[in-house]
Amino acid sequence: MPDRVRVRMMMPPGHVRTPAYLRGKTGIIERSLGAFANPEQLAYRQKSAPRPLYRVRFTMAEIWGPAAENPDDTLDAEIFAHWLEPLDDSHAPLPSRP
Amino acid sequence: MPHYHPDHDHHDDEPLSPSGHPFRPDNDAPLSYWQTMEISIRELLIDKGVTTAAEIAAQIDAMDARSPADGARVVARAWTDAAFRERLLHDASAASREMGFDIGALRLIAVENTDDAHNVIVCTLCSCYPRNLLGLPPDWYKTRAYRSRVVREPRKVLAEFGLTLPESTRIRVHDSTADMRYIVLPVRPAGTQGWSEDRLAGLVTRDAMIGTGLPKNPA
Repeated sequence: MPDRVRVRMMMPPGHVRTPAYLRGKTGIIERSLGAFANPEQLAYRQKSAPRPLYRVRFTMAEIWGPAAENPDDTLDAEIFAHWLEPLDDSHAPLPSRP
Repeated sequence: MPHYHPDHDHHDDEPLSPSGHPFRPDNDAPLSYWQTMEISIRELLIDKGVTTAAEIAAQIDAMDARSPADGARVVARAWTDAAFRERLLHDASAASREMGFDIGALRLIAVENTDDAHNVIVCTLCSCYPRNLLGLPPDWYKTRAYRSRVVREPRKVLAEFGLTLPESTRIRVHDSTADMRYIVLPVRPAGTQGWSEDRLAGLVTRDAMIGTGLPKNPA
């Protein structure tokens, strides 16, 4: 079973690679991509330990609600683990090493 | 006939090119802050021996030499070699390197179209594109209109590209938000049985690999 996750509803300042239109939205992990340095630190020349990065798949219905052109079409985006919260029905924590 | 251009005014006595378009104005404006900074850093790097003008020119030439024709060869190989297709879908960077393409640090994912699903690529945050394989992106790929609309109304955007898909076809939009870049592996056109890899590559357009188009039909 794929892990269901929700993108954290945060609005931090700075160089953030989590698009605002996906914040607070629920999706499933399409695949694990490995660990990558965090662009939120790299952008300011800070050292960054690699963090797990995932491809998360959302339905257009989840993102746009009734305004979706076709509710079952999908959107995939790459989201870092620290932006994802596992949902209650998937108790297993996100793996720290995909 | 003169054309209407909303960004600047034309006077009736302004000379037009033989094709009827206004001449592009000379770029006599002062350098911007960022242009000045780029030139300054480049000249300092050369002065201090970190790089050379020849190395910079060679890098520009290498980028200009990359084109959608490279990606078309990768697609055509996947159409004709089932084992290669598997490797491409597993790790598109490794598969591209296997064919001899120098793609640098590019981390590439190939997403496969089927009879039931159509993929399309965008970078909503900036202009991420698999440049190291396909060369520079088209200007429209970087526009705010494409980036903001294709995630919200992909069917309408694709229709404007001339691609109207049935509601039963699942559209999968891929937003390149972090370290990966994407290429669409289109469906091999019908009527191409027995075609060579080279001939098939001629059907694969840039837009087919972005997902805003389909491969050309065999003539």
